[in-house]
Amino acid sequence: MSLDVRKIRDDFPILKQNLYSGQLVYFDNGATTQKPIQVLDILNEYYSKHNSNIHRGIHYLSEKTTQAYEKARTNIRKFLNAKLDEEIIFTSGTTEGINLIAYSFGEKYIHEGDEIIVTRMEHHSNIVPWQMLCERKKAKLKVLDFDVHGVLKIEELDSLITDKTKIISLTHVSNTLGTINPVKEIIQKAHAKNIPVLIDGAQGIQHQDVDVQNLDCDFYVFSGHKIYGPTGIGVVYGKKEYLDEMPPYKGGGDMIKTVTFEKTVYNDLPFKFEAGTSNYIGAIGLDHAIRYISDIGLKNIANYEAELAKYATNQLSNIPGITIYGRAEEKSSIISFLVDNIHHFDVGMVLDKMNIAVRTGTHCTQPIMDFFEISGTVRASLSFYNTVEEIDLLVEGVKKVKSLFN
Amino acid sequence: MTINEIQDSIIEEFSLFDDWLDKYNYIIEIAKDLPEIAQEFKTNDNLITGCQSKVWLNAELENNKIRFTADSDAIITKGIISLLVKVYDNRTPQEIMDSEIYFIKKIGLEENLSPTRANGLLSMMKKIKLYALAYNSKLNN
Repeated sequence: MSLDVRKIRDDFPILKQNLYSGQLVYFDNGATTQKPIQVLDILNEYYSKHNSNIHRGIHYLSEKTTQAYEKARTNIRKFLNAKLDEEIIFTSGTTEGINLIAYSFGEKYIHEGDEIIVTRMEHHSNIVPWQMLCERKKAKLKVLDFDVHGVLKIEELDSLITDKTKIISLTHVSNTLGTINPVKEIIQKAHAKNIPVLIDGAQGIQHQDVDVQNLDCDFYVFSGHKIYGPTGIGVVYGKKEYLDEMPPYKGGGDMIKTVTFEKTVYNDLPFKFEAGTSNYIGAIGLDHAIRYISDIGLKNIANYEAELAKYATNQLSNIPGITIYGRAEEKSSIISFLVDNIHHFDVGMVLDKMNIAVRTGTHCTQPIMDFFEISGTVRASLSFYNTVEEIDLLVEGVKKVKSLFN
Repeated sequence: MTINEIQDSIIEEFSLFDDWLDKYNYIIEIAKDLPEIAQEFKTNDNLITGCQSKVWLNAELENNKIRFTADSDAIITKGIISLLVKVYDNRTPQEIMDSEIYFIKKIGLEENLSPTRANGLLSMMKKIKLYALAYNSKLNN
């Protein structure tokens, strides 16, 4: 493993704290990631020294903050390898990003009888906005299935696509099963029929290099807080050709050129989609989070996390009575499991008291739970700051759970 | 014993444990004491949904007192319900309405009543009070 994990852990103050009886073991990175001191410092610095609303003031502070905000946009554009800064729109997170696209793309391109394709492994945030759109426009939502290993049945995509299909929206990485979907292949198939594709990158962006031009996706959406940045900031990447045509999603300040009671002229990209005061310090924080992980290197992160996940999967698999949900070959560092007939809530409650933070429940993916006919799972989602020793503690914890409940 | 006397006895029992796992072990044990809800009452009407665990609660009036039966699909939730039922079962509606639950906080399980736990316990507490209110007005009419 080529990362100096000890050194990395020093950057994350939260990881050093003791809970009930020992040091925190944080395996809930799929829900949110912890923030390195480099991000915490920049937030503190901006609020203490530079805070001023952007794009409006002509004074010194406003100018400085505006520059930092726009620099964040440029850096994120480079990070995603997008062509243009104006293709990067700041939102509050993945959920808002998908809602923005579902609403705005829907207004422009979706009509009665049209079809939208999602997959059965989507987070509710990539299901509900499309259902709302379908209801509004009398369109139809179609679903691409996955198999028992949690692998999408790509071969069924061709028969799912019709001449009514207007957009395909799917997750890069399943937040429950960990499956890394073959998004490039799906995009190619869709583009062969002129169908744009939205990639929900909430669980993808922090674990691997994402190059939107190479993928050729039409939209890529992610949250800042899942990539070591602050909460309340997110990004929509969209191809200019679509964003230009799409109407604004929200009205307000900053998104307009001129306003009269007779007619309002909307601002250009990207401001057209950034109504009101945006979370500019969040964007600056996100920029610094991205710089932080870029310095470590996404490839290094991906390799380390893959090894750690492999170790965790092997160790957990050795426990009798354990079932792991999501067995794709291409898999991220997310491990969903159940042990014996013990309720996921009970497992999580006991692990919590052993200082181990995991997620339990449906993980906002009820259709996955329905597929496996379970009420939920325990989910350990690993990050590059986690260690082999922490995996051992988890395994020990699960064994303890078994002995308590059996 | 009054509601408060039972609460105090539970607090005393829990004071014996200084380790969290011992505490949970005990909760798992008392989950078995919960009067089982009849299958016919395990209906959607009696289901209190939380995204983490499910809770079923049924209430019947018997000799002017409320009898509770309940169940949960998670054992720890069931154990805590068992404690609540111990406190509330076979009480008059008025007693329940006048009561204040403090034992959960005292034994260190208050986190289970936070909305984020989404385990149905908070809604269950509310529902118990609502049953008391409803039966009380029924008795007084």
